[in-house]
Amino acid sequence: MRYATTLRKRSWQFADLKEVMAKATPRRSGDELAGLAAATDTERVAARTVLADLPLSHFLEHQVVSYEADEVTRLIVDTHDAKAFEPVAGLTVGQFREWLLDYETTTEDLTALSPGLTPEMVAAVSKVCRNQDLILIASKCQVLTKFRSTIGLRGRLSVRLQPNHPTDDPSAIAASILDGLLYGCGDACIGINPATDSVEATQTLVHLMSDLIERYEIPTQSCVLCHVTTSLCAMENGCPIDLVFQSIAGTEGANKAFGIDLKLLAEAHVAATSLGRGQNVMYFETGQGSALSSGTHLGVDQQTLEARAYAVARAFEPLLVNTVVGFIGPEYLYDGKQITRAGLEDHFCGKLLGLPMGVDVCYTNHAEADQDDMDSLLTLLGAAGVSYIMGVPGADDVMLNYQSTSFHDAQYLRQLLGRRPAPEFEAWLETMRLTHGNRLLPVDGGNRLLESV
Amino acid sequence: MSRGLRPDPWQALTGRTSARIALGRAGGSLPTAELLRFALDHAEARDAVHAPLDAESMIAGLKAIGGEVLSVLSRAAGHTEYLRYPDHGRQLHEDSSRLLKDCAGQAEAPPDIVVILADGLSATAVHQNGVALVRELLSRLGRYRVGPLVLATRARVALQDDIGHALEARCAVILLGERPGLGTADSLGAYLVFNPGPGKSDADRNCVSNIRPAGLPLPVAADTIAYLIDAALSRSLSGVHLKDDRPKRLA
Repeated sequence: MRYATTLRKRSWQFADLKEVMAKATPRRSGDELAGLAAATDTERVAARTVLADLPLSHFLEHQVVSYEADEVTRLIVDTHDAKAFEPVAGLTVGQFREWLLDYETTTEDLTALSPGLTPEMVAAVSKVCRNQDLILIASKCQVLTKFRSTIGLRGRLSVRLQPNHPTDDPSAIAASILDGLLYGCGDACIGINPATDSVEATQTLVHLMSDLIERYEIPTQSCVLCHVTTSLCAMENGCPIDLVFQSIAGTEGANKAFGIDLKLLAEAHVAATSLGRGQNVMYFETGQGSALSSGTHLGVDQQTLEARAYAVARAFEPLLVNTVVGFIGPEYLYDGKQITRAGLEDHFCGKLLGLPMGVDVCYTNHAEADQDDMDSLLTLLGAAGVSYIMGVPGADDVMLNYQSTSFHDAQYLRQLLGRRPAPEFEAWLETMRLTHGNRLLPVDGGNRLLESV
Repeated sequence: MSRGLRPDPWQALTGRTSARIALGRAGGSLPTAELLRFALDHAEARDAVHAPLDAESMIAGLKAIGGEVLSVLSRAAGHTEYLRYPDHGRQLHEDSSRLLKDCAGQAEAPPDIVVILADGLSATAVHQNGVALVRELLSRLGRYRVGPLVLATRARVALQDDIGHALEARCAVILLGERPGLGTADSLGAYLVFNPGPGKSDADRNCVSNIRPAGLPLPVAADTIAYLIDAALSRSLSGVHLKDDRPKRLA
């Protein structure tokens, strides 16, 4: 197969599938850093044109990362559902975009199709989509997951309450948790990034959250975002872990750099499920550029590898998956425009692959971005039906030193788009006299939640 | 109730954490004062990232406490290149490399330790706390042969490998501005590597972070860095196999 086209009498040729994929990708600093990006805008459109004409079945016959050398590729190929793929089996990438946009393509069609799609197919179609296509198509997807609350119902927007603290001080973390709950946030989970990844620190924080959840009967779940091996030790010690967390990536090598492989994830999945605490027990985070940063990208563009990370995620039926889109820095996503595009791509690809996608709408202070960029991306993701966002006090994570979205931002989006919290959590908020409909109620100083203050 | 600002009745919690809690609201949105406080903090962080290192005054300050100072540059030609291509900030400019090698050639004996002050991602942190931290550290290194002080511009952590190698030092410490969060533009990080040179990875380094008056105070940080230097020089290693084994201090 030649990857070639002629546009206005000018011929373009690409060496292989991964070159077409990389050069078709909207411009971003990480692909330029890796030396994979198109040299000119015209070359980029030429690559996109070649990509649009490739049959979807081509991605079943040609892998961007070798089957023999990489267990993520083996997972993708070995679990592909040919029956589910049938409705789109005869389409090219460009025709697949049109099929997705068709009025007749329903939420049920997309749910049924999901196991028939590979990450590379989804990444490919995203590269020929404009931002509005990424939003509209994703908004048709519905992915439901459940622990104590139900995530992903239409008309709902959930929030992970992220109460981090630089020294893991329990009293400080509890203060941020209360602040978030009083602002109607925390229905996706209460999830702490620990400053110290140790079994002891993890157990302390898990107990802090489970005590709070039990005391006030909060229909949510807790998570300490420590390494999966730390969670495994804590579970062996009898620690009441709701969700097991892990950062994951799209190549075997990048996962190895995270200190994991599929077998280890499977072990953790079995261990957490056997505790019998809830239905979907895993929480994964991803982000474009992680494979490049660990030198394990194998010449594949960062967005395609990000989609491959979703194949890892979906093997373990997670409650939550989110891309931490702007955390990695300007050498991978340079500015607000690149972060925005990447956030929409990641949400789109994750949803088409059947994942409960959230997005950490965020940036660091050395990126060319600010809170206005976050407002724009947040609003676009709300329109796209994002399952959940982060809720960080004042949008300022004082442990990880980056800016995300705040409890106030969540209120903004729910108010603007008429989205409500997960139904179980919404009922709890009303019982606690914290919200009514989309509005926060004035909190009485005698509110039960404040009695411990 | 009047329209507009609605304070949160849980102000008592704010003493427990540096996180932005109990901010109050207008509708469900931020009060104007909070909006502006955040904007100011972000502006200061951005300015810290983009501020050029004032090499002249840093050199003067270092000379006053430590004698000889060598000023070096990385391969990154400008600030945008420095941000976009981190590798360029990890390699010495060839002129700087020559300068250091000449210096090493004239030295009586190779140094045990070379101390580097660098901009990293916050020149502001270096301007505010850099010279003071170097002074604290030098006062704890009296028994070692300390090489010339090095001031490095557009420098990432791993530039310590090239610098230490060129000066033939047994051990290199780089003190540099950390990527600022909001309200932490004055924060320095310190990284130690034994036997600096090609092929070192992050696993070979020891890190002390959040060094600033409101975080890890400078004298406490200097104690820790000096402890790690002692341990690295006596055990001939650094990185993940070198731990800070001192008993925990009471907070």
